[in-house]
Amino acid sequence: MWDAFGFEFVNFYLIPGLVLGCIYALGAIGITLTFGILRFANFAHGELMMIGAYLTWTIMAVITATVGITIHPLLAAIPACVVVIYLFFWTDKFFYKPFRNADTIKVVMASFGMMLIIRSAVQAIWGPNQLTFVPGIAKPNQSLMGWTGDIGAMLLIPNKHLLIFAGTIVFVVVLSYILNRTRIGKAMRAVSDSPELAHVTGIDVDQVIRATWIIGGICAVAAGVFLAMDIQLLETTMGFRMLLPMFAAAILGGIGKPYGAVFGGLVIGLAEELSAYPWIGDAPLLSPGYKTGVAFSIMVIMLILRPQGLFKGRAF
Amino acid sequence: MEAYLGLFLYFLSLLTVGGIYAIFALGLNVQWGFAGLFNVGIVGFAAVGAYTYALLTTAQSTFHYGGLGLPLPIGMFFGMVASAIVAALIGIICIRLRSDYLAIATIGIAEIIKLILKNETEITNGPRGINKIPRTWEHFSEERFYSSWPMSWFNTPEGWEAFFDSLPNWWWQPCFAATILLCMYIIYRLLERARVSPWGRMMTAIRENESAARAAGKNVTARRVEAFVIGAAIMGFGGALFAQHLRLIEPTNTFDPAKVTFLVWVMLILGGSGNNRGAMLGAFLIWTIWSASELFIGYSINFIGYAFSSFDTTILETRAGFLRMMLIGILMQVILQRYPGGIIPEVRPASPHKGQLNSGSTQRE
Repeated sequence: MWDAFGFEFVNFYLIPGLVLGCIYALGAIGITLTFGILRFANFAHGELMMIGAYLTWTIMAVITATVGITIHPLLAAIPACVVVIYLFFWTDKFFYKPFRNADTIKVVMASFGMMLIIRSAVQAIWGPNQLTFVPGIAKPNQSLMGWTGDIGAMLLIPNKHLLIFAGTIVFVVVLSYILNRTRIGKAMRAVSDSPELAHVTGIDVDQVIRATWIIGGICAVAAGVFLAMDIQLLETTMGFRMLLPMFAAAILGGIGKPYGAVFGGLVIGLAEELSAYPWIGDAPLLSPGYKTGVAFSIMVIMLILRPQGLFKGRAF
Repeated sequence: MEAYLGLFLYFLSLLTVGGIYAIFALGLNVQWGFAGLFNVGIVGFAAVGAYTYALLTTAQSTFHYGGLGLPLPIGMFFGMVASAIVAALIGIICIRLRSDYLAIATIGIAEIIKLILKNETEITNGPRGINKIPRTWEHFSEERFYSSWPMSWFNTPEGWEAFFDSLPNWWWQPCFAATILLCMYIIYRLLERARVSPWGRMMTAIRENESAARAAGKNVTARRVEAFVIGAAIMGFGGALFAQHLRLIEPTNTFDPAKVTFLVWVMLILGGSGNNRGAMLGAFLIWTIWSASELFIGYSINFIGYAFSSFDTTILETRAGFLRMMLIGILMQVILQRYPGGIIPEVRPASPHKGQLNSGSTQRE
């Protein structure tokens, strides 16, 4: 089984697919929570992922310039998280909250405007060109390579990918603890199910909304930084490129279902990478240029067959 | 005299591009203003129209499919048809769901269209794009047009060549601008007719109270798909005119969502969604602001460079455009919150009778 076929398939298609899936999953958590609790499709989510990665880069660059040590991106992401969460609060207060009782499409419009505002701001501040996030070539983890090589199934996984896997698992475990065991998490699920009923039972809806932005913000920054670690560079279109797969993941998993979003993210990530595998003949099944199209077609098929998603989310 | 000519040509180009944007805004007005459908994939429908037009009308080329060298109106017509077909497909799937899904789907279809244009290099020449797209009026001075029917009936190729040489080289600009304005006016009249017709009033009813319209026996989904397809066809037509204006189209920079989709939205919201006149006013206003601010920023950067000669202005030059986009975005947010009706709010009830009232009032005079 583990011949050249398996080696190539696992290392060059399956693992990258899972990495991409983890990034989509983290981004989709924020989208699905916003969609479920605040009831609108937040188009600015991808841009906030991007700005999180840019802030992380800036913090790293500033620390390297002043102290002279290179810190790990995940460490620099912590202050970036704080900034992004405040940015979420700030956009909510000034741009989304005025429409909370109006037609939901107004909020979607406002978030669409925010998307352009944030992207233009990033382009004006950091410039439109690509920036190097982490220099150098990522080598596969040597001990894992040696160990799996001994049992005849050699895995080539760079440390950055191991970190992304571990990070995503930690985030999902912590998130499921928050949603299932804490008071605020239960309140969030209640508001997602029925805002009026939740309000009547005395749940502080504003606090729930704040918690949504905090969780969404942390996951967005994590996704942005993981993405930047994976592709090792920053560009101003990275948020927008992520947006469609993340929406697809949220719809696939069912709106308002964080686990569904994680599952959906993994499915979309895997589908995008595996679609380029030469399943029939030697040529890729689908030209790699059409990867984004895979996410979109999955989304359209879901919208036709099962708009409530696999996990019975909310269908509007 | 030269300076006045420059100003005149600048004014004509404002009218030309403003007119094209006004056509986009009118198309969006059918979708959003009439039917309340949130389409954020304007750029995709424009690209379909533009590429269809370009492939059908350009001269034979080795870089892309065809060019079939068909007459220009046929190219524009099929640009509309192609855009309408794409809209029908997406509309039938998404319109029965809530508006958010349509928004996601349209932004998706715009990206997919761009992916196809980028990747199908055999047909579209990929990222290098299609050039030498014939422009209305100016195309008469191209050899393949004046040496063939019907122009060859009136004069010999040499005669035509001499005739076009005798004209100033900007002769086609006023004609092109006038053609675009005429197209815009025709679309405006048709839409105005549609708005006050029973169809238009039914659209308003569906937008304002879907369940009541449904209870009154209206086929809500079919009417919405209709509005979506009509709007997209107008956008496809605008895209064909856009291709004529640019003469070189490629997938990435020509059809930048920020510069097409977003600007058109700002135009419609500023002018007044639901009002055709508002859509056109908004288009010309925003395009003038957009275009004039580019000049203004250019001059100020030159001035800064002149005043502080040690200051490197290249960084300002590359980034000022993004700042401008950001300001337009903030303008949109302000209008959305403070002046949701726009400059010319929608007139209701939409009826052909005189004595109309502004939106918000329920009584008739």
